[in-house]
Amino acid sequence: MQKKLILDSHLLDITISRLCQELIENHRDFPDTVIIGMQPRGIFLAELIHKRLLKETKKEIPLGYLDATFYRDDFRRREIVAKASENRIPFIIEGKKVVLVDDVLFTGRTIRAAMDAMIAFGRPAKVELLVLIDRKYNRELPIAADYIGKAVNTLASQRVLVHLESDDISKNKIWLVNKD
Amino acid sequence: MSKLSQKHLLGIKDITREDIELIFETAANFKEVINRPIKKVPSLRDVTIANIFFENSTRTRLSFELAEKRLSADVVNFSASTSSVKKGETLLDTVNNILAMKVDMVVMRHASPGAPHYLAKHIKANIVNAGDGTHEHPTQALLDTFSIREKLGSVSGKKIAIIGDILHSRVALSNIFALQKLGAKIMVCGPPTLLPKFISQLGVEVELDVQKALQWCDVANVLRIQLERQQIKYFPSLREYSLYYGITKKMLDGLKKPIVIMHPGPINRGVELSSDAADSQHSIILDQVENGVAVRMAVLYLLAGTAA
Repeated sequence: MQKKLILDSHLLDITISRLCQELIENHRDFPDTVIIGMQPRGIFLAELIHKRLLKETKKEIPLGYLDATFYRDDFRRREIVAKASENRIPFIIEGKKVVLVDDVLFTGRTIRAAMDAMIAFGRPAKVELLVLIDRKYNRELPIAADYIGKAVNTLASQRVLVHLESDDISKNKIWLVNKD
Repeated sequence: MSKLSQKHLLGIKDITREDIELIFETAANFKEVINRPIKKVPSLRDVTIANIFFENSTRTRLSFELAEKRLSADVVNFSASTSSVKKGETLLDTVNNILAMKVDMVVMRHASPGAPHYLAKHIKANIVNAGDGTHEHPTQALLDTFSIREKLGSVSGKKIAIIGDILHSRVALSNIFALQKLGAKIMVCGPPTLLPKFISQLGVEVELDVQKALQWCDVANVLRIQLERQQIKYFPSLREYSLYYGITKKMLDGLKKPIVIMHPGPINRGVELSSDAADSQHSIILDQVENGVAVRMAVLYLLAGTAA
């Protein structure tokens, strides 16, 4: 198994802070903005961004977790059943500007499912997508991210390995792994 | 990522502890779904489920139907009393005819123990046993144990008394298997005529005095007297049964300890459980009903989920 480091912890930190600056640029003082992290792995990035924005703007932006398992389009098409995680959206998303956060954007199918899942909770005024890694040329649906940490050329056979913790950022790293 | 060890849910006896825990985890997710303003997810959008009931049912059937609809499955209902079974069609023919219309899953209740096991050997669709005679009623046991876990935090080490007509109860047998797999201590209690002769070989305690059973347990699962299955008289009268085995609020308050009262329904108020006991703060009977939908959604979702 070949592993190639795409982002080390230092670069990752810079990337996250740039993403936050972009959010501030577009949302100013976040009057109607909410952040929703995608279960299971997008929530750590969402927490990191939430924490950083709190430090930068002194504003507590509502943070929720969304699980799209029951909305996936590959149900009954795979050998194992996808395991669901917790939904925790302790605020009303009706009329809000939602920033959907996930770690890796690959085929776009998870985001499609997420948008369906989100609409079960209400009709947001606007939805934006923020991803840490955008795997270019692998999209199967017409979906694009508004905020991109790093765009990477990958093969469908490769895998992006993300290690993210919201508590200890010095351990955070992202690799590209060749499956063989 | 996960998978049940079985293609069907025929009985609790056939599934593992890991299966039960997977069902509970999934059921907790679905419980959140059914408490939302929009109570529906599209998971089973292209799945057709036949509910085949050869025996009467209100709660189980309604609960399965709601579970199916909240998963967006297409549902067809069939009850024996209005069907060609009356004209002499065999079980296998009936079910094969339904499956020929492209049905993916079958939820079946039948008066004969083992009927769903027989079907499972002969047809391709996933089968969920919704009660087979006096044998098993797996989804009821799952929702009972799920409710206990929700109320008490865990099932392991807890003392559960099953009180009433054990002899005719599929709920009792499935509950014993489920609770044992999760590490609970079990006692059965009832008049000697309504206790199966070799029940203690299942590793459960036997108690004839209901007062002692209540004193011992953390949870009392009270069962209905199933007069429709009793061909001979097992006790002199319902009044006498109620006098010796009926549970009242006064008895529960007199215990001076917390106790949880459960009942799979339908309750015969004033026979096995008095009205004030059934409606008391000890009772989680309506939570059981709510959890029933979530647990059945989890079972259907997990069985339907893998590639055909």
